Amino acid sequence: MTSRRLTPGRALSYLALAGYVVLLGFPLVWLLSTSFKTPRELASLSPSLLPEEFSLTNFRAAIEQQDLLRAGANSLIVAGCTTVLVVLVSVPASYALARFRSRLRGVAMGWILVSQVFPIILIVVPLFLILKQFGLIDSLAGLVLVDLVWSLPFALWMLQGYVAKIPAELEEAAATDGASRLRTLTRIVFPLLLPGIAATSMFAFVLSWNEFFFALVLIQDPQLNTLPLALARFVGQEGQVQLGPLAAGSLLSMIPSLVFFALMQRRLTSGLLAGAVKG
Amino acid sequence: MSQHATLDPPVPAPTAPAARRRRRDRGGTILVLPALIPVALLSVWPLLQGIYLAFTDTTAGRPGAFVGLANFADLGSYGLFWDSFTIGLIWAVSVTVLQFLLALGLAVLLNMRLRGAAFARVLALIPWAMPPVIIAIMWKLMYDPRSGPVNGILSTLGIIDHNVNWLGDFSTALPAVIFVGVWVGMPATTVVLLAGLQSVDPAVLEAGSVDGASSWQRFWHIVLPSLRPVIVAITTLDFIWSFNEFGLVYVLTAGGPGGKTMLPMLFAYNEAFKYGNFGLAAAMGVVTVAVIVLLMFVYLRAQRRAAS
Repeated sequence: MTSRRLTPGRALSYLALAGYVVLLGFPLVWLLSTSFKTPRELASLSPSLLPEEFSLTNFRAAIEQQDLLRAGANSLIVAGCTTVLVVLVSVPASYALARFRSRLRGVAMGWILVSQVFPIILIVVPLFLILKQFGLIDSLAGLVLVDLVWSLPFALWMLQGYVAKIPAELEEAAATDGASRLRTLTRIVFPLLLPGIAATSMFAFVLSWNEFFFALVLIQDPQLNTLPLALARFVGQEGQVQLGPLAAGSLLSMIPSLVFFALMQRRLTSGLLAGAVKG
Repeated sequence: MSQHATLDPPVPAPTAPAARRRRRDRGGTILVLPALIPVALLSVWPLLQGIYLAFTDTTAGRPGAFVGLANFADLGSYGLFWDSFTIGLIWAVSVTVLQFLLALGLAVLLNMRLRGAAFARVLALIPWAMPPVIIAIMWKLMYDPRSGPVNGILSTLGIIDHNVNWLGDFSTALPAVIFVGVWVGMPATTVVLLAGLQSVDPAVLEAGSVDGASSWQRFWHIVLPSLRPVIVAITTLDFIWSFNEFGLVYVLTAGGPGGKTMLPMLFAYNEAFKYGNFGLAAAMGVVTVAVIVLLMFVYLRAQRRAAS
């Protein structure tokens, strides 16, 4: 608003902004374009930015490929179970964290911070050995447990923020009116917490849906591949990679994350900001 | 939900605040336990185990015996590990620095009232929302020596005169991987720096401009110093996150060609799960974490001294 005239400085700024937009956007356009190209066009040595004709062949191939379909089902099971467990565990815990001042609160908050810089390299071998003792290697249940622990810190952090926003006076008023603790929780706190629970469960779902490292370590049976594992192994088959179905499969597997970020964009950004500025 | 029932004390009389607090605390502990138990079992316990394992000769086949510092002594003469360590340092420092500079530039641009800034802002969030494996796959398509657009663009611009196998060539693999690392990490860093920029007091900036400071001088003497805490926090985190990176590079190159992109995480993963040397891999983990902590300590100290 300050200066409407296009000074050389402003022109340079626009040029730089355009450069960033291309840098950030071009790879995405390429992924999209690759997924819609026909096999014939993909084989061409002078690839074009946009497909000559839009074809859904790659999407059909990606869906019909048994590997990816089964992997998608596995991912759905793992992410679904993780989400349910995360909610069951984190709702009571985050309520306690937000409402009670106990020594545990300090411990839990400290651990939430540490988890952001956790040295995965140090725990992966013992984690593998521990899960092996319980027969949880090559099992989706083992992966669910790891994903649960992995998404808990942030889930707790998110949810306790939502709890803290519910005025304690509401609960006290209900208590004064003679409502039992359980009744207060189920009738007053829980309904007000539902948006927070929805956001937290989406977060847990996406985290588990995208998780790669632990899946790679814990899952060896191809039948139990999750989607990121299946796609990564697809890339690894040198010489016979079909770019089209790979791109289409990647796009399809991104859908939950994109929906989550579209819905949560503002909140996630402000959360990251708060953490960074205060940290 | 059954936990709620256990925390069902009758509403205490207001005359006994101490007793009330104590009872509430116990209720809190019970509510937190379902979260603490899995965490203790699957992250705190493995962490302690990992440190112990580093002092044993455990392999995939059998539980090992305590061997003292033998693994660390082995690592001392293990050239390949130190190679991967050097690569890891180059990777983490390059990614952190480049991504910081690019993100600062983008944040400044987004903070100006430019048309299209809102669009760029949304676009900047997408890499952040994408699963690392998908980003790696996307860039594999981009770098593909036969059909990838990177070669096409660079030869159109006259920068290269023949197609380069970016991820497969000894000299280009690490820079190519670093570029992807920067691309992935830049958005989150931008968002953080943008918030820092927006919290700079406009009155101070105005005073500076009244005193005749150029916009560059204002940026250098007012904006950057007030961003310092944010910059220190985000570069520290970015460095640690880069050192922890695995999936991206695993899918892009798996550490190849010839170990040129073998980050410490990949090296330790191979040592453990390809060759079965659990004890040695744990020792690598301990050394890696120790070095990261040490570097961060030195960096934060230097920053604190510079600030005071």
